[in-house]
Amino acid sequence: MPQLVCENLTLGYDGNNIITNLSFEVNASDYLCIVGENGSGKSTLIKAVANLISPVSGSIRKGGGLKANEIGYLPQQTAVQKDFPASVEEVVRSGFINSSGLRPFYTKEQKLLAKENMERLEIYGLAKRCYRELSGGQQQRVLLARALCATRKLLLLDEPVASLDPQASSGMYDIIAKLNNTVTTIVMVSHDIAICVSYASHILHIGGRSALFFGAKKDYLNSEYGRKFAGLRGVNRRDGYY
Amino acid sequence: MDTINKLVMYFEYPFVRSALLVGMLIALCSALLGVTLVLKRFSFIGDGLSHVAFGATAVAAALQMANQFWLVLPVTIVSAVLLLASGQNSKTKGDAAVAMVSVGSLALGYLVMSLYSKSANLSGDVCSTLFGSTSILTLTGTGVLLCIALSILVVAVFLLFYHKIFAVVFDEEFMSATGVDAKAYNFMLAVVIAVVIVLAMNLVGALLISALVIFPALSAMRVFKSFFAVSVCAVVVSVCCAALGILASIAIGAPVGSTIVAIDIIGFFLFSIVGAISGKNPAV
Ligand SMILES: Nc1ncnc2c1ncn2[C@@H]1O[C@H](COP(=O)(O)OP(=O)(O)OP(=O)(O)O)[C@@H](O)[C@H]1O
Ligand SMILES: [Mg+2]
Repeated sequence: MPQLVCENLTLGYDGNNIITNLSFEVNASDYLCIVGENGSGKSTLIKAVANLISPVSGSIRKGGGLKANEIGYLPQQTAVQKDFPASVEEVVRSGFINSSGLRPFYTKEQKLLAKENMERLEIYGLAKRCYRELSGGQQQRVLLARALCATRKLLLLDEPVASLDPQASSGMYDIIAKLNNTVTTIVMVSHDIAICVSYASHILHIGGRSALFFGAKKDYLNSEYGRKFAGLRGVNRRDGYY
Repeated sequence: MDTINKLVMYFEYPFVRSALLVGMLIALCSALLGVTLVLKRFSFIGDGLSHVAFGATAVAAALQMANQFWLVLPVTIVSAVLLLASGQNSKTKGDAAVAMVSVGSLALGYLVMSLYSKSANLSGDVCSTLFGSTSILTLTGTGVLLCIALSILVVAVFLLFYHKIFAVVFDEEFMSATGVDAKAYNFMLAVVIAVVIVLAMNLVGALLISALVIFPALSAMRVFKSFFAVSVCAVVVSVCCAALGILASIAIGAPVGSTIVAIDIIGFFLFSIVGAISGKNPAV
């Protein structure tokens, strides 16, 4: 039973369809990378899966015992107000709200897990700092730690390393891969084709309002779009843009 | 010396003591919710709701209801829910809706009062509803009990849902995405905010509610940087200012509401200075 089945999905805003007739599925412990150009609708798709926008038509079904409150989410952008008083620890722990039910406090295990997630992302030293006074990369890690607290099953990541330094990004990818190896299914948007190719099990390449490719990674590399996309990025890398 | 004697004398009266107790409880509630209101950018809704409460009070007075709570509270709660729901859909429409409701209820409230008031002193009545000149001192037995009960309810809700309120206020989108019913919490907040506003009207009158709700939160935010510290500090500031304000107003014979708000404002400036000196808050 797949964890996520999207069938004939059409997504859009105010009557403009961004994606039409998209179908794919994600099985437990898959690592799906979503690639595509800017504006192709990757974030829109992630938001639809996260139940933040409703599809114009088609369906997104969750299966395999996956409940709505077992999803972790890292948005591409989080608009937190400039003057919001919140410590790093408070933000990270808030990831547990979806599994807390009506319990008014965090349990010992939750606090410990929050600490572990902060240590993994090397932000435990910042635990008492004010979230809004951190650098962009540090904030990103805090939100990642929060997303990790929110799930053990399915993690939706929209460009998780967008503002991390190279060392932190590769550390991040290792963490994500480890999570994937233990329990968590990963659905990740990334522009980093090298990463997609080395870590992902499946690739969804969207463009022109639909899926250009969906399937296992090895098939992608032999496909028309895969060769083009990977080749394109390879050139950039040699030129030093990448 | 004279003032102290006067205060001691006043404390002989049970209604002064209960006014002080109720006033501090109301200040506590309004500070707790004030932090949320400010952070959610709901300050303007709080203001609008206070005018709704004024309109409802005017109608209740015209109907000569024995206990105005039973009209004012439901009307304010319904308005809060409607306003917050409309504010969610589209920003500008929400603003306009709040403005409409706010000014509309002010005008209608005054109209109803002028047409139907049996009292000889209309402007005095209007003034005391708007600025709460003495209402806290004239609360009757049931009024006092109701205020205490509602305050306890508000505090209980806040304590039980403290982490959830923080999470939903901080990042509603993340909460929805991870399967938390953020709408339900918004609904709950709307109801609690309405209750706090009706309570606060007894203390400072309709026009000054926003000040009571917002100043302690803003003061605390000048100095502290975590949600917990800000909440605790806002409560302490608010309760102290209310107690001082009530005592001072009795001592100098000034209206309760505006005295409390004046002290809140002084508190805000003190905290701004502390914040600036400790260098924790360069801008804003
Ligand atoms: N809230 C919105 N309202 C209207 N249109 C939107 C909204 N969000 C996105 N769009 C449009 O939908 C299209 C897809 O946007 P989306 O953010 O999903 O792209 P993306 O693939 O994530 O791009 P990027 O690589 O830059 O993150 C864009 O053309 C954008 O203009
Ligand atoms: Mg995007």
